Amino acid sequence: MSRTFSLGGIHPHDKKISANREIGEFPLVDTAYISMSQHLGSLSEPVVAKGDRVLTGQLIAKSTGFISANIHSPYTGIIHNIEPWPDLSGNMVLHIIVKVEEDEWIKGIDLDPSVERNIKLSKEEIIKRIAECGIVGLGGAAFPTHIKLTPPPGKKADILIINGAECEPYLTSDYRLMMEKAEELLVGTKIMMKALGVEKAVIGIEENKPGAIKKLKDTARKDYSEIEIESLKKRYPQGGEKQLIDALVRRRVPSMGLPIDVGVVVQNVGTAVAVYEAVQKNKPLIDGIVTITGDCLPDQRNFRLRVGTTFEKIIDVVGGMPQEAVKVLSGGPMMGKAISKLTAATVKSTSGILFLSQEQTKRAPENNCIRCSKCVQACPMGLEPYLLNKLARASRMDDLEENMIQDCIECGCCAYTCPSCIPLLDNIRIAKASVLKIMRSRARK
Amino acid sequence: MNTVLLTVLVLSILGLVLALVLYFVAQKFKVEEDPRIDGVQEILPGANCGGCGEAGCRAFAENCVKAESLDSLFCPVGGNETMKMVAEYLGRTIDEKAPRIAVVRCNGTCENRPRTTIYDGYVSCSVMAALYAGESECRWGCLGGGDCVAVCKFDAIKMDGVTGLPVVDEDKCTACGACVKACPKAIIELRNKGPKNRRIFVSCVNKDKGGIARKACGVACIGCGKCEKICPFDAITINNFLAYIDPDKCKLCRKCVAECPTGAIHEINFPVRLPKKEEAITVEQ
Repeated sequence: MSRTFSLGGIHPHDKKISANREIGEFPLVDTAYISMSQHLGSLSEPVVAKGDRVLTGQLIAKSTGFISANIHSPYTGIIHNIEPWPDLSGNMVLHIIVKVEEDEWIKGIDLDPSVERNIKLSKEEIIKRIAECGIVGLGGAAFPTHIKLTPPPGKKADILIINGAECEPYLTSDYRLMMEKAEELLVGTKIMMKALGVEKAVIGIEENKPGAIKKLKDTARKDYSEIEIESLKKRYPQGGEKQLIDALVRRRVPSMGLPIDVGVVVQNVGTAVAVYEAVQKNKPLIDGIVTITGDCLPDQRNFRLRVGTTFEKIIDVVGGMPQEAVKVLSGGPMMGKAISKLTAATVKSTSGILFLSQEQTKRAPENNCIRCSKCVQACPMGLEPYLLNKLARASRMDDLEENMIQDCIECGCCAYTCPSCIPLLDNIRIAKASVLKIMRSRARK
Repeated sequence: MNTVLLTVLVLSILGLVLALVLYFVAQKFKVEEDPRIDGVQEILPGANCGGCGEAGCRAFAENCVKAESLDSLFCPVGGNETMKMVAEYLGRTIDEKAPRIAVVRCNGTCENRPRTTIYDGYVSCSVMAALYAGESECRWGCLGGGDCVAVCKFDAIKMDGVTGLPVVDEDKCTACGACVKACPKAIIELRNKGPKNRRIFVSCVNKDKGGIARKACGVACIGCGKCEKICPFDAITINNFLAYIDPDKCKLCRKCVAECPTGAIHEINFPVRLPKKEEAITVEQ
């Protein structure tokens, strides 16, 4: 009997058209644009200068502050410039621009594809290595992994959850990774278990990926008895941290709390593989699996894509912009962001590029709320989106806080399900940001 | 019949007793309030716009009565006239302040600033600003969502359908500052209305380097510094490739307007310039 989370959720169209395409290698690019803001937290600081020659995997920017991450060069080449460059939303962010020459890896990185099962490093060394290699959470938020693996004093994790839900339609990057790097994933999980000092780990996979479930179960049967593979019912937003914890171990993360408050740490499958590569092979995080998909795209692909590749280049490689495409998203259709600048480049946490046609992106005109309460039933956090929307439009911050707007995970279930096409999430997101600002300034006093 | 009479009687007595109770309670717990607060409130416009920084006209009136001097208090809607009346009523003096008006510092019409993307989401500047930089290449300019129009209580700001930019109605604008707060791009500024409503300002907020700014918008301030050099009153300063005219120092000589290579400096309500002498002669010939 498959499990799922207890509250709300929706069932969007389950389209995984690129699921059977194997992960391909992306050709060398001419110029790489490496953002200094590839993670949650403060910007990284460049440690190279204009004109320097860097090797693939060489450190080019180091973390600043507590929540930050190192960044490494994805290619071998000359630093062309260090200047602000638009990110995908058009805002200027400091980028290191590398004129690519070749792909010569820096010494000390093990490029042998055979699986290294023996974990030699100690707990502290593992966390240090993960921080050095600039690993961030690849589930979307890009939170630096080494911080997540060091619980704050007084708190202890007793279970590690690996997120293989991939509940977004279209995206297949995690699925391909589970199919092709099953053993690496399991070793990565074991490394993180050692770092956290936990005895148990669960990998949650939605049941629309039977191939991945079977593959991991077969691989885990041999040497990884402490890792459970759990199949989940298909439901969005199952990949959300709080929902996944609810589905797998039936614990409720308190409001404004973190998973560690209930003794859980959640990591994505992509992160687990990146951790494996960092700890066992000393390979920094410079690439990730990216699904390039869309109904209007003739050739859907899964690529191992280096950080800093422009969207323009990717579109070139998959055969140019499809004629019907009117919108290009970075990420899935539910949580993804529209790309407004094709000159922008991918970052560590880019998981997919989705082309949508006019038909798919059409927005119906907004109507009055008919009080059908569909949004209330769909909200996985148990909120009342119709009420939050009304209060947000009236800027009633106190009432919004009382109605727990700060718990909103911005999954978009409410707006998806609304028959009156009210832009619920748009209004709630803006109001949530203001409420959080007020709460933070109050906490500082 | 008896029931009807009884009902009327009981209710009447009940009403009388409760009225007496209410009367004595009201007398006992009466809040002493300065009667001048009501007087000041009557003078104020009563728009409750919050332009003065208070919650409403009542709160402002209370402040006026309590405050030692009226210098730091100003009702932008009523302006100097109202403040003079308030000062007279309270028996105090007040300095006159220059009247102000909201100024939209962006001239990025569809013609001047070509659109490179199409936004089809919920139309609101705050939502758009949270999502991305804007429909054109300029990430500083007006988003055209009309948040300023929505917050204006005086119907003084409207979206121009052709240019896609907000236009301020000079007669209706009271400089309450609601639009200034609503604009996520900080384009709208309160500036001196100026003598005969004449004023000069830089109609651009683009802080990018000249080349980038010019590429995004034909009428952007490129920070070339020509206006700064020509200004005889040191009223213009350039910061982050953007010129700013200090309205207190500017003497409205209009030299900068003619000098600006992109036409980013705007003059308002000035008479049409006379053609230069040589040109006048050729016209006569």
